[in-house]
Amino acid sequence: MTDTIGTDRRTGVVVDAEELVRDHPPAETGAVAFLGAQFDRGLAWVHFPTGRGGRGLPQGRQADVDRVLRASGAPDAFLRNPIGHGMAAPTVVVHGSDRLQERLLRPLFTGEELWAQLFSEPGAGSDLAGLATRAEWDGRVWRVTGQKVWTSLAQHARWALLVARTDPDVPKHKGLTYFVVDLHHPGVDVRPLRQLTGDAEFNEVYLDDVEIDDGWRLGEVGDGWRVAMTTLMSERKALGGRSSARGDGTIGDALRLWAQRPELRTPADEQHLLDLAVRAEAQRLTGWRHGAEQGDAPMGSRGAIDKVVGAELNQAVYDFCMRVLGVEATRYTHPGPDDPHTTPPADRSLTWKFLRSRANTIEGGTSEILRNIIGERLLGLPGDVRVDKDVPWRDVPRS
Amino acid sequence: MTTEPFVFSDEQHLLRETVRDACQRAWPPEAVERTANGPWATKFWTTLASELGVVGLTVPETLGGLGAGVVDLTIVAEELGRVAAAAPMLGTTLATETLARVECETAATVLEPVAGGQRLAALVVTDDAGAWTPDRPATTARSEGDGWRIDGAARGVLDGAGADDLLVLSTTDEGIALMLVDGAADGVTRRAVDTMDLTRELADVTFTDAQATLLQVGPAVVDAVRGAADVATIVLAAEQLGGCQTMLDRTVEHARTHMQFGRPIGTFQAVRHRCADMLVATEHARSAVYHAAWAADVGIDDVAVAASLAHVVASQAHTEVSGGALQLHGGIGFTWEHPTHLYLKRAWSDATLLGGRAFHRARLAPLLEPPRA
Ligand SMILES: Cc1cc2nc3c(=O)[nH]c(=O)nc-3n(C[C@H](O)[C@H](O)[C@H](O)COP(=O)(O)OP(=O)(O)OC[C@H]3O[C@@H](n4cnc5c(N)ncnc54)[C@H](O)[C@@H]3O)c2cc1C
Repeated sequence: MTDTIGTDRRTGVVVDAEELVRDHPPAETGAVAFLGAQFDRGLAWVHFPTGRGGRGLPQGRQADVDRVLRASGAPDAFLRNPIGHGMAAPTVVVHGSDRLQERLLRPLFTGEELWAQLFSEPGAGSDLAGLATRAEWDGRVWRVTGQKVWTSLAQHARWALLVARTDPDVPKHKGLTYFVVDLHHPGVDVRPLRQLTGDAEFNEVYLDDVEIDDGWRLGEVGDGWRVAMTTLMSERKALGGRSSARGDGTIGDALRLWAQRPELRTPADEQHLLDLAVRAEAQRLTGWRHGAEQGDAPMGSRGAIDKVVGAELNQAVYDFCMRVLGVEATRYTHPGPDDPHTTPPADRSLTWKFLRSRANTIEGGTSEILRNIIGERLLGLPGDVRVDKDVPWRDVPRS
Repeated sequence: MTTEPFVFSDEQHLLRETVRDACQRAWPPEAVERTANGPWATKFWTTLASELGVVGLTVPETLGGLGAGVVDLTIVAEELGRVAAAAPMLGTTLATETLARVECETAATVLEPVAGGQRLAALVVTDDAGAWTPDRPATTARSEGDGWRIDGAARGVLDGAGADDLLVLSTTDEGIALMLVDGAADGVTRRAVDTMDLTRELADVTFTDAQATLLQVGPAVVDAVRGAADVATIVLAAEQLGGCQTMLDRTVEHARTHMQFGRPIGTFQAVRHRCADMLVATEHARSAVYHAAWAADVGIDDVAVAASLAHVVASQAHTEVSGGALQLHGGIGFTWEHPTHLYLKRAWSDATLLGGRAFHRARLAPLLEPPRA
């Protein structure tokens, strides 16, 4: 049954997914057990290698699996561990040693071990390669010291992706090295940061002489920027949206509001909503087409298109909802920073979603940076004049 | 024909290259005088029809066509749009698609030379104000002796002035009918109208007791015209997509090479970001157009919804992208010698064709349905 070759590939994974659901009925099986079984059958990421949650098939086949699983009410692995799925797994599977892949991927998929991304620093957000956190080799282990910020989910996570500076005497992109760090390790201090919505999804993370074994390095010393690119490309794709059917995703919130509250309708709003629905549909079809055209090739910079459009569309949809709801939408109880995150994001109030959507054009690369990427990498336009390109990082002015 | 949405077959890639090549030879960028009835246009149409055989592409083989799919037709249209070709593609598509849907032997005999490019046919479905009116035709036909006579006026008939055959949707005592009128018959007056868009021919046509032949009468006729119009709408949107791509390509090239303040203007973010937005708009048009083409061929969506979505998205993209192209070219973009004006004018007139904005937006009502729980 798992022997799926040639033209039977599509039916093969569908049949296997159906069998998975039959053997482990989602309603009676715990999420961890179900996702573990999904991983062991190579249906977690079908494009990953066998034994790593996959079976070396084209990435597009995953949609066939997901369709079967969604219909059966199976748990959503992505939502349980978004950074693990969106950023860590694709990076670990490309750049991690066999040992790391073996150790990390399964609990990542099941959500037993959550992940965070230690990239941004107070002085290095858009200019990620300018970061200052140091990693020094003492002959036995790497010793890491520095401060990261806006680290989503770090308070719940076991592992984090870390980029650190290992050589300050070369230009900024050249002196970086990439690690996986254990957040339970001594010297790691995670402090939740209250954000605009009221709750605390992200954190400050202080690293004080944290020891990292060399086996937890991804890629070569000094080659961290290249590894980080894998993460960032995957991140854009993950953030670009995973909507599948017409009306799914963010636009669904506006359509439901419209259907449920006829007394709020005006003709002008109806036309506006139609504009949004058209944009959502164009965005959905573009994601679908990019997936189909990409075949086995990695998504590359095209993910930037989906990310920039998705972020701005989310904001436009919730702006619309706020305007339609009027004064009603201004009633809002701010959650506290310590409030447990028991409500899944999708079930929160429209006002919360409106406030949260303000981050969409900042997180994972601002819209300005993404438009630069579209201009430079997809259209081949010349980049900004760069003053820090050939200067040792040590000598670059910083705020 | 491939059935996997958004994936083109090798034959389709080859078709695209062949048509692109012919288009680029016929309409080089410096050819700014592109008029629909110039000698250039006639020669180009002959090349398309007899050398490349891509006129009447979707007409069934039994009726003298190639029996290809709408996806193939879309490929051709996109390439014509790239060069803003002045060619009667839209009128021909409307006519052939209508004739292929009408059950009548005369229709088949009219269709064959049109699909072969030897004759031109135009479908007359607009009223005397230029509105698109398949449900309530503005011309009337009455039977007289063993023939028919037709009266009325239609404005803005696509590719109507040069057409040999006019297919006229008319009101009769027996219901809505499709009539065939010889373009040169007595009582037919045609006037090519001056339009902002120099590349597409529109005509005002009047019938005064003109002789006509009945092709078919009854509700099936309206369905035939609607079905034909959906395919034509996809063709129109594909032409717009091609236009977007050209405007984007030219603008990017300009931004890469044109210098101000000692550096290429593309190094300025205000310029680069506008280019990025033009790419996003073009990508969206591409997705909506290809989706509609596949919807027509393999039924992945309601064709009416998919076609209207393509019209709305492509119209928005083409106006936005050609506007951006003009802005980023600066003064040179505002000149007659520069091709931007051809595309900008096409974009704004294309958006009004085949029912225009109001008609197509109204058909998108299903998009407002909330998702199933
Ligand atoms: C909700 C949320 C969650 C996040 N989660 C994480 C996380 O888990 N892990 C992590 O590492 N980071 C995370 N981030 C951080 C995020 O990646 C950064 O905020 C982002 O990259 C922008 O950096 P910055 O905040 O330093 O802004 P800056 O880089 O200082 O930018 C400020 C403004 O200047 C503009 N700007 C900067 N450079 C340019 C340029 N070259 N051209 C044009 N405009 C420019 C920006 O677009 C922006 O408008 C998160 C952020 C948010 C809001």
